[in-house]
Amino acid sequence: MIELANAAAVPLVRIPELPFEAFREAVLAAPGQNRRVSALFAAPSGERLALYVVLADDEDSVLWCARTTLDGDSFPSMTPECPEVHLFEREIAEQWGVRPVGHPWFKPVRFQRSRRPGHDAWGRTDDEPITVGVTDFFRVEGDEIHEVAVGPVHAGVIEPGHFRFQCHGEHVFHLEISLGYQHRGAERKLIGGPHKRSIHQMETLAGDTTIGHATAYCQVLEALGSGRATPRGHAWRGVALELERLANHTGDLGALAGDVAFLPTAAFCGRLRGDFLNMTALLCGSRFGRGLVRPGGAAFDADGDRIAELRRRLDAAEKDVTEAARLLWDTASVMARFEETGRVSRETAASLGLVGPAARACGLRRDVRKTHPAGIFQVVHIPLSTCESGDVFARAYVRWLEMERSIDYVRAQLGELPRGDARRVCPPPRPGHFAVSLVEGWRGEVCHVALTGDDGRFAAYKVVDPSFHNWTGLAMALRDQQISDFPLCNKSFNLSYCGHDL
Amino acid sequence: MLRALLARWNQGHRTAGYPGEPPSLPDRFRGRPVLDASRCPDGCRVCADACPTGAVKTDPLRLDLGSCLFCVECQEACPEGAIGFTSDHRLAERAREDLVTSGDGRKRMAALEARTLRLFRRSLKLRQVSAGGCNGCEADVNVLGTVVFDLARFGIQFVASPRHADGLLITGPVTAHMKAALAATWEAVPPPRIVIAVGACAISGGPYAGHEEVNDGVGSMLSVDLYVPGCPPHPYTILDGLLGLLDRL
Repeated sequence: MIELANAAAVPLVRIPELPFEAFREAVLAAPGQNRRVSALFAAPSGERLALYVVLADDEDSVLWCARTTLDGDSFPSMTPECPEVHLFEREIAEQWGVRPVGHPWFKPVRFQRSRRPGHDAWGRTDDEPITVGVTDFFRVEGDEIHEVAVGPVHAGVIEPGHFRFQCHGEHVFHLEISLGYQHRGAERKLIGGPHKRSIHQMETLAGDTTIGHATAYCQVLEALGSGRATPRGHAWRGVALELERLANHTGDLGALAGDVAFLPTAAFCGRLRGDFLNMTALLCGSRFGRGLVRPGGAAFDADGDRIAELRRRLDAAEKDVTEAARLLWDTASVMARFEETGRVSRETAASLGLVGPAARACGLRRDVRKTHPAGIFQVVHIPLSTCESGDVFARAYVRWLEMERSIDYVRAQLGELPRGDARRVCPPPRPGHFAVSLVEGWRGEVCHVALTGDDGRFAAYKVVDPSFHNWTGLAMALRDQQISDFPLCNKSFNLSYCGHDL
Repeated sequence: MLRALLARWNQGHRTAGYPGEPPSLPDRFRGRPVLDASRCPDGCRVCADACPTGAVKTDPLRLDLGSCLFCVECQEACPEGAIGFTSDHRLAERAREDLVTSGDGRKRMAALEARTLRLFRRSLKLRQVSAGGCNGCEADVNVLGTVVFDLARFGIQFVASPRHADGLLITGPVTAHMKAALAATWEAVPPPRIVIAVGACAISGGPYAGHEEVNDGVGSMLSVDLYVPGCPPHPYTILDGLLGLLDRL
């Protein structure tokens, strides 16, 4: 395998081509070598299909990459021995019509048609209709067992997805989550790009992670083009990324408070989330940071007055959000609902490959800003925050720890922004290259991988939103819980539907 | 308990004075565009070529707010300064064709027809359906429920069931996978009922227009009563549209 750094590119020919058995062994051995699967995907290679893998070593800050070429329309599944690839294998099967033989949970991911006509992993013909949500759901049988089906349209202002609970009274034996309703064909459209729409689609892959995905995409373009963002541009991206984290974590603390009927923090955080969004808008005009991150740096800059205003607002928001969060930890009725609810063990989190606050709440030291730093995070370090208990409390408390550190970071950055332009011209992608880019979005690791063809256009583009790893974590958190705790558990993960469905 | 009361005191009164007072918007906010076709050289179409969604048209110069992402690619491409964006947040319209502007300002938006207006003016319950939305529009719809906007003071609320609703507020380009669920939700709303399309995706497909996986917005499925442009629209743009529809401005 070849060693790569985050946000780097190499000629495609330097990605080692392994025999399938060696490729499989490398993936299976990963968990034992402190490596986890950041991406596993297929792309056409002549008439055949190639599999690519990106393994992240969080201790040595190295990404390991390799590929193999598949013979025929099947391969032995790696999921039984390496569960964290379970959804990657299902995705490969659905997109390309190759079957991972022996996969224990072999179902569609997004209910999309194979990109290779005449090849379907479930043996369906090309004109057979594919209906979203129609699959063989896991069922528990028994006289007193009942099934609760929820969605795709939910009761709140929220994206669509389908949830099936197998229950005995209030007790949940199993939750199955079936998604795909949000599928917009984003990855497919990137092939042949970058197009003039690509950056706008990146900003809306998961609209609440505009900065995270746009930064990952720009890092890919900069690596492929052998260009670099300006230091000041890197600093603004970092500030925007932490403001995005602050807004969303604040919103999550408020929503968690709301779900246990603790209205003070719910009301305060509802307002404070907007205050953080409005700080991003002060910088670039958009509350979600649309238009801010562009290849070569940042499209907006700020002078002394604007920076002073940002700092003033940060100080005010810090005071109020600290008070709102402390109320949670100091209120026994809140803690009684947070603690011991929706627990995910460290072992489960590791074997499923969870990322972000959901992983750190189980004690896993995974944070791209610290373990695979790129851009400003190579220069300025943010301490990694973890909790041990893996329950709703841990996922809430990790968010708060991260918020404190994000506030310190933004304040420090605003005081020591590098001089110079915020943006420079980025050369076009080089032909025949392979680039990997990781960004620690507020939900966790955002991973983009791109391959360019001989024309310098994208021959393949893989997006792995943190939610892709983490939805199964939510399903595990619900085991042996009361179904009435689902909203609370769900909110403690707050995963993206469109980021998963692309 | 005392601590919660003290916090409540410290956090203060936060509900904005809108619509009595003008909204506070960032100076870099990109709202209603201004176009000056007199600056366009003959045959020039650099703005249209730069636009990612085909929202800008030339001969004569005009802009479809229903497709516009407010990304300023057109403004930056134009060497003549013929396109600019103001901080006017009022963008909503009742008719699809009224979203195409030649930059000559906006006429006052018409409210609902007299009969439905009488029914909904003081109490409008909406069911939200996200049909491929990126959680940008959803988030800025949700924020209307916070103490800052306090949507309920206008009698507008989001309800959990379409059976309890007077209409749908739809976001997203309407993915192929959400068409059936959207149609079923619409069927479940008792008439008279209204449809509100929020965001470029719901109006035109937005950045995903033309993808075979999406339906390019809700317009081909349902008759839309209110279009709210933006990517995503600012909460004040949505609120302005809702209040205009109910003749409450």
